[in-house]
Amino acid sequence: MAKQVDSERPIEDTKIFDAEQTRLGYRLNKFAMSLVKLANREAFLADEDAALTASGLNDEEKQLIRDRDWRAIMDEHGGNIYMIMKIGAVIGEGLYQIGAHQRGQTYEEFLATRNAAGAK
Amino acid sequence: MGKIIAGIGTSHVPSIGVVYDQGRTQEPAWKPLFDAYEPVKDWLKEIKPDVAIVVYNDHGGDFFFDKYPTFAVGAADVYPVGDEGWGRRPLPDFTGDADFSWHLCNELVYNEFDITVCQEMAVEHGFMVPMHLCWDHGSDWPVKVVPVAVNVIQHPLPTALRCWKLGQAIRKAVESYPKDTKVVILGTGGMSHQLNGARFGYLNSDFDRDFLDKIQNDPMALTELTHQQIMEDAGAEAVELIMWLTMRGALDGAPLRQVHRNYYAPMTTGMGLIALEEAV
Ligand SMILES: [Fe+2]
Repeated sequence: MAKQVDSERPIEDTKIFDAEQTRLGYRLNKFAMSLVKLANREAFLADEDAALTASGLNDEEKQLIRDRDWRAIMDEHGGNIYMIMKIGAVIGEGLYQIGAHQRGQTYEEFLATRNAAGAK
Repeated sequence: MGKIIAGIGTSHVPSIGVVYDQGRTQEPAWKPLFDAYEPVKDWLKEIKPDVAIVVYNDHGGDFFFDKYPTFAVGAADVYPVGDEGWGRRPLPDFTGDADFSWHLCNELVYNEFDITVCQEMAVEHGFMVPMHLCWDHGSDWPVKVVPVAVNVIQHPLPTALRCWKLGQAIRKAVESYPKDTKVVILGTGGMSHQLNGARFGYLNSDFDRDFLDKIQNDPMALTELTHQQIMEDAGAEAVELIMWLTMRGALDGAPLRQVHRNYYAPMTTGMGLIALEEAV
């Protein structure tokens, strides 16, 4: 049977959201998922530090969120984009801002790489 | 008797929902996308399916990784509009047909698809964007729905072949439903895109166009794709495309007519559309 995911063929600049990643990122992703509840979004916006303190995240994870360090969250800490986007949504950073950061570009630089950036 | 009459493959990008809600569908960069669905909407008004089975994935709308089902089928009379973190969208809740769903669930399990049966299930963009692209709505939707959620985000994912076989099993189940019921099945997601890492924004329009050709004419070739191949060629998040094979598997064995096809890749996702109807 062909291997569905082949660890001997890593894909450049890509994290495959597998057992390793989902275990690594569990707390961060769970915190992000908690923001589907309006009350949790309001609490985060009202007092981010208090919300992070109550979150159960460790100090490094809290700092990653304070720093809006999307690249590190995704590349090094098991972030799942669909969950992490929910943190971005609360603080007003959309998918394309998060994506630009992962690429090491400004938002404007990233948009300039698209076929029709009007469809953002 | 139940009958599958048509299938639709379509992308389900969340920004489409935002633009729809804000009434920006005729902006120059969006018009090519929304206008492509007009012929499909007209056709659906003609063929008037009773039920739409919508194969999609939940992106943290109602499911999280504490327990993330490989296959989950809705069995409710109503599916509320979920809140994915942007607030509830101004859309009516979706009407289900619990009798039909339970028939489907029974048949699928006895045909060895051990799905998770969901009596409460909030739906999200993966489900809703295809719905409002294909159907107009007032305070209700003109078609009843069955949400079928597939894990395409946390590996291990079901194989492409398994998704195809699920479609075949859905066809069999529909055809054994005693009430006259016309069914359209939607396979959603993709096409090429990657949302993680420095490869964010990777697109492959050649892959997407070839996939659109093959989903109609050579779906068995697509069932042989591994997740690795899809991710290498079309981006890590393009694995969503295996859900189109469930749609196509449900049309297996019938002569097909292409009603419409479109492709547009403005930003980070290849937005594909294909509508197929069973030639009577
Ligand atoms: Fe998706």
